[in-house]
Amino acid sequence: MSFLIDSSIMITSQILFFGFGWLFFMRQLFKDYEVRQYVVQVIFSVTFAFSCTMFELIIFEILKVLNSSSRYFHWKMNLCVILLILVFMVPFYIGYFIVSNIRLLHKQRLLFSCLLWLTFMYFFWKLGDPFPILSPKHGILSIEQLISRVGVIGVTLMALLSGFGAVNCPYTYMSYFLRMAMTRRTMFQKGEVHNKPSGFWGMIKSVTTSIPGSENLTLIQQEVDALEELSRQLFLETADLYATKERIDYSKTFKGKYFNFLGYFFSIYCLWKIFMATINIVFDRVGKTDPVTRGIEITVNYLGIQFDVKFWSQHISFILVGIIIVTSIRGLLITLTKFFYAISSSKSSNVIVLLLAQIMGMYFVSSVLLIRMSMPLEYRTIITEVLGELQFNFYHRWFDVIFLVSALSSILFLYLAHKQAPEKHMAP
Amino acid sequence: MKLKVLPSILSSGWSTTPEQALTPGCSKMASLDRVKVLVLGDSGVGKSSLVHLLCQNQVLGNPSWTVGCSVDVRVHDYKEGTPEEKTYYIELWDVGGSVGSASSVKSTRAVFYNSVNGIILVHDLTNKKSSQNLYRWSLEALNRDLVPTGVLVTNGDYDREQFADNQIPLLVIGTKLDQIHETKRHEVLTRTAFLAEDFNAEEINLDCTNLRCLAAGSSNAVKLSRFFDKVIEKRYFLREGNQIPGFPDRKRFGGGTLKSLHYD
Repeated sequence: MSFLIDSSIMITSQILFFGFGWLFFMRQLFKDYEVRQYVVQVIFSVTFAFSCTMFELIIFEILKVLNSSSRYFHWKMNLCVILLILVFMVPFYIGYFIVSNIRLLHKQRLLFSCLLWLTFMYFFWKLGDPFPILSPKHGILSIEQLISRVGVIGVTLMALLSGFGAVNCPYTYMSYFLRMAMTRRTMFQKGEVHNKPSGFWGMIKSVTTSIPGSENLTLIQQEVDALEELSRQLFLETADLYATKERIDYSKTFKGKYFNFLGYFFSIYCLWKIFMATINIVFDRVGKTDPVTRGIEITVNYLGIQFDVKFWSQHISFILVGIIIVTSIRGLLITLTKFFYAISSSKSSNVIVLLLAQIMGMYFVSSVLLIRMSMPLEYRTIITEVLGELQFNFYHRWFDVIFLVSALSSILFLYLAHKQAPEKHMAP
Repeated sequence: MKLKVLPSILSSGWSTTPEQALTPGCSKMASLDRVKVLVLGDSGVGKSSLVHLLCQNQVLGNPSWTVGCSVDVRVHDYKEGTPEEKTYYIELWDVGGSVGSASSVKSTRAVFYNSVNGIILVHDLTNKKSSQNLYRWSLEALNRDLVPTGVLVTNGDYDREQFADNQIPLLVIGTKLDQIHETKRHEVLTRTAFLAEDFNAEEINLDCTNLRCLAAGSSNAVKLSRFFDKVIEKRYFLREGNQIPGFPDRKRFGGGTLKSLHYD
C-alpha cells in the first residue's frame, strides 16, 4: 500500500519536472525557432525530468521521506531509464537528424542513423578501457559498465565547465577588469594617433588621399571595400563600447555593487578551489570525510560547542546538497541556453538541442556520482548500493585533474584574448 | 552599386583626365537624387540575398553573416514610361542582427535608422517566428526616437494605431518560397496576407535564388516598382505635386547631413 502511495508521489513529481522541461524548451531555447519535430521536445523534457528525479531521490534519502525499499526500487528504475535514454535513444536521434540534414543520404535515413549509432556505441565502449573504473568481475551488459562510462564523460564535462567557470566568474564580475579595459582603450586611442600609417589604417589613409578624378574602377572598388570593412569594425567597436558603458552604469547601482561584492567572494572561492585541486593531485589524496561531518567535528572538538550531531548533520547536509543541486541545475541550464543561442541556426537547431540533452543527462548522472562525497556516510549507502562497485575515488581524482587543466587553459586563453583586443585593429 | 553604375558611365563617354571629369554623363550620374530604404528581418531569412538580387540582378553565391550594415544601390526609374520619368538611386540598407539582441547592439543599430524613407520587412516563409518578429522589427525602426534604450513591447503585441498614421511606406517580402511544399502553400500564403494587412503594406513572396521571380513585367516586379515609386513620392513630392529640391551639389563622400529637408 505504501509502495503505491510512494510511487504516485514520484510519478507526480516526474510529471511536474517534465512540464518544467517542456516550458523551458519552448520559452527559452526555442524562442526564435519553430518546433517542427515534437519528438525533440519530448526527448529533452524526458531527459530533464528523469535527471531531476534522481536529485529528488537524493533529497528524499537525506530527509528519510518515503519507504526505504520503494526508494531503492525507484532509484534502480530511474537509473535504468536514464541510461536507456542516454545510451540508446538520444544518440540514435542525433544520428537520425544529422542524416536528415544531408540531402544525399535522405532516402536511407534509418539505415545510416543505425550505422552512426553503432559507431557511437563502439567508441563509447572503447572509452572504458584505459580507465581503472571497474573491478573485473562484472559482466558485459550490466548497469555498472554503462554508468562507469557515462560517468567518465560526465565528470570530464563537469570539470571542464567548472574550470572555465571558476576563471571566468572573477573575470566578468570584477570591476577592476572594467577599469583596466577602459584605460587600455584610451591608451590605444592616444597611441594610434602617433603611429605610422601601416597596415589597415594605412591602407585607408593612402586610399583616401588619392587624386580625385583618376577614376580607375579597381581603385574605386578597393576604396569601397576598405570603407565597408571600416564600417564593420566601427560597428563592432561601438557595440562593445555601449556594452562597457552599460556595465559601468550597472556597477554603480546598488544591485551592481552587491554583485560586485559577491564577485570578490566568488573569486576567492574559485582561487581556493584551484588551490585545493592542485593540493589533491600533488599530495595524492582524496578526501575521506565530507565537509558536513568535518565541520561538525571541528565545532565539537575545537570549539567545544555541544549539539545534537545526528539532527544537525541531517539538516545541514540537506541544505548543502540542496544548494549544490539547485545551483548546478540552474548554472547548467543557463550555460546551455547561452551556448545554444551562440551556435545554432535554423538547420541545425534539432541536432544541437539533442546534443545539449545528452550533455545535460550525462552531467546530472555524474554529479550524482560526485555528490556522494559531500554527504555523510549514512546517506552514501544508497548511492553505493545502487550504482554498484564503482571506483569512486578515481572519479574524484579525474575531476581534479581535468578541473586544473581547464582552469589553467582558460586563464591562458582569457589572457591572450585580452591582450589581442587592441592589436587586432593593426593587422591588415 | 559598382556594376550598375558602370554601364551608364561607359555609355556616356567617361574619360579619365581631371578636366574632363565633369562631362555631362558624369554630372548626370553624380547628381541623381537618392532615397534610403531599410531592409529588416531576423538572421538567416535572406536579406543579403534579396538585396543582392535587387541590386546586382544576380543570385548571391556565398551568403555570410552581415555584420553591422551593408549598403547596396539600385537605380530606379520613377514613373517609368510617362513623360515625368526620372532616375533615382535607391539605397538598400541591409541591417544585420536579431530582434532579441543585447541592448548595446540595439543602441548601435539605432544609428542606421536615421532619416529612413521606406522599410522592407523580410521574413522566412518556412519559419513562423521570423514573421512574428517583424512586428518588433518595425517598432524598433519606427520608434527610434521614443525608445533610446531599445526596450520593446513584449512578444507579438503591437499597436495598430502606430501603423495607421505611419508615414513611412512598408513592404513585406517572404523568402524561401521554393522550400514550401505545394500542399502547404495556400495556408502559408493566407497567413502572410494577414501579416501584410496588419502593416498596411503590399507583400511579395519569392525565392531569392531564382532570377525569374523579379523578371520585368511579372506581378512581383510591378509591386516592387510601385513600392519604390511610393517611397520616392513621399520623400520628394508634397501632396500637391510640387517637388522638394534634392541636393544639387553633393560631394562624393558628403551629403545626407541636411536633415532639415527630411519630410516625415
